[in-house]
Amino acid sequence: MPLDIDRIRAQFPALRRRVNDHPLVYLDSAATSQKPSVVLDAERTFLEQHNAAVHRGAHTLAAEATELFESSRERLARFLGAAPEEIVWTAGATAALNLLAYSFSNASRGRGGEPAERFRLGPGDELVVTELEHHANLIPWQELAARTGATLRPIGVDDAGRLRMDEAVEVIGEHTRVLAFAHVSNVLGAINPVAELVALARRFGALVVLDACQSAPHLSLDLKALDVDFAVLSGHKMLGPLGIGVLYGRRELLDAMPPFLTGGSMITSVMMERAEYLPSPARFEAGTQPVSQAIGLAAAVDFLDELGMEQVHERDAELGQALVTGLTAIPGIRVLGPAPGEPRVGLAGFIVDGVHSHDVGQFLDELGIAVRVGHHCAEPLHRRLGLAASTRASTSVYTTDAEVAAFLDGVGRIRAFFRA
Amino acid sequence: MSRQDLRNLYQDVLVDHSHERHGYGLLEDPTAESHGINRSCGDEITLHIRAGDGVIESVGWTGHGCAISQASASMLSDIVAGLTRDECTRCLDRFRSMLQSRGKDDGDEELLGDAVALSGVSLYPPRINCAMLAWTALEDGLTRIDA
Repeated sequence: MPLDIDRIRAQFPALRRRVNDHPLVYLDSAATSQKPSVVLDAERTFLEQHNAAVHRGAHTLAAEATELFESSRERLARFLGAAPEEIVWTAGATAALNLLAYSFSNASRGRGGEPAERFRLGPGDELVVTELEHHANLIPWQELAARTGATLRPIGVDDAGRLRMDEAVEVIGEHTRVLAFAHVSNVLGAINPVAELVALARRFGALVVLDACQSAPHLSLDLKALDVDFAVLSGHKMLGPLGIGVLYGRRELLDAMPPFLTGGSMITSVMMERAEYLPSPARFEAGTQPVSQAIGLAAAVDFLDELGMEQVHERDAELGQALVTGLTAIPGIRVLGPAPGEPRVGLAGFIVDGVHSHDVGQFLDELGIAVRVGHHCAEPLHRRLGLAASTRASTSVYTTDAEVAAFLDGVGRIRAFFRA
Repeated sequence: MSRQDLRNLYQDVLVDHSHERHGYGLLEDPTAESHGINRSCGDEITLHIRAGDGVIESVGWTGHGCAISQASASMLSDIVAGLTRDECTRCLDRFRSMLQSRGKDDGDEELLGDAVALSGVSLYPPRINCAMLAWTALEDGLTRIDA
């Protein structure tokens, strides 16, 4: 059954806003999505009824908070096809990627002992990323390479922004220790060939890290079927709260990794000079945790599962095609990424000939239409495509056909306004 | 002034300047060179000043950016040619206070010429840096000329 968009929209208070005397047309969901009432209510109910520190204290509220926190972890595990022990709460995807990079870095200094040997990096080892990565999946690896003496190698993209699989075959080899890449590009909307990349990495025993930030809101994710070693996602991009993300890792890997942040709640015993650590996920959850946010994120995946991720994906693909087809038909507009008819999520980056993206964004904002402008934290990709910046429209489950039409109508009037 | 119409921001004279880009191109023998970058969008400008006998003879610039930053650089190069460094500084201060006025200051046309068309930017705080890009580069360059 197709999604009932009107019914969905009624559950998002922010969508009732008006901006510059127009109804808000929110097409910046890839930056952060709006949140349904069930998510806001779940956070509020926790804070009003159950707020307490988790994993400590014997009182009723502490027990309730722990129960809610852990059942939220189970909920995320079910959503991703993983086991609860494989789900680590983080402050976001950036924090999750840095956790990995710093854990590997600590292993490279000998921390974690023998079990952590497989994460040890040094001169001669290679970390492989792609040219289309968000800075969050690039800079932590640059820094890890700098700290350990390993080399960072990129897989390039072609003029259309497609990942160069011929180059991937060349770059991924016996020295590759980590392969980190985006499932879906946050600029192009293209879906990268996970199975082929994983197969290449497996041939050489490299660890695979998947940035699922832009796929988790749109596609049905089964991390076991994708066969990646690690994956990260961002709660606020998938109808959940700000300040919460997930690191997924295969259990045997997480249990062998040394911790990154250390402190309370992640130990089995502490002497004055050293400490023993809990297994995953507690090992990676030092200090006070984002409990209401985790509960809110569980409510968000409940919301998505009630809609059905297959239906969400179908609708999303339809919106992606409506964006790319509509934009391509406007004179002076160049759409980045996959051509009409090729797979893409509900996201389209584009250039308005002769008009800077900030001016494009300003013009659309005047019509109440929110889009993203700039380099979208993907400077190397923009440089490769010969661009300083681009404009991006991105959809979610609440996006209507009428909104896409209003957006396309607005874009069609920009060049005349700026006499381009 | 209010934000009723986007033309209050993008006035016709601003759009003209964004296309004409007066002063575009670097000078052959600059007295000072400076560089500006808008960190929020990556827009850049390189600005050359040629000065002699305490007077700014000309300004040339290259770079890329939005209509507001390009128009602003174009207007700047019209205004400052022939001014002393102190007069330049006065223009700069007046221009900055106009942009920070939240719509209360329409600018001094005698001093700022076409740049008063940028007064509408003051109602769009995220765009003030766009309008200031060339001017902060000028401010930096002025510290390196004798006058």
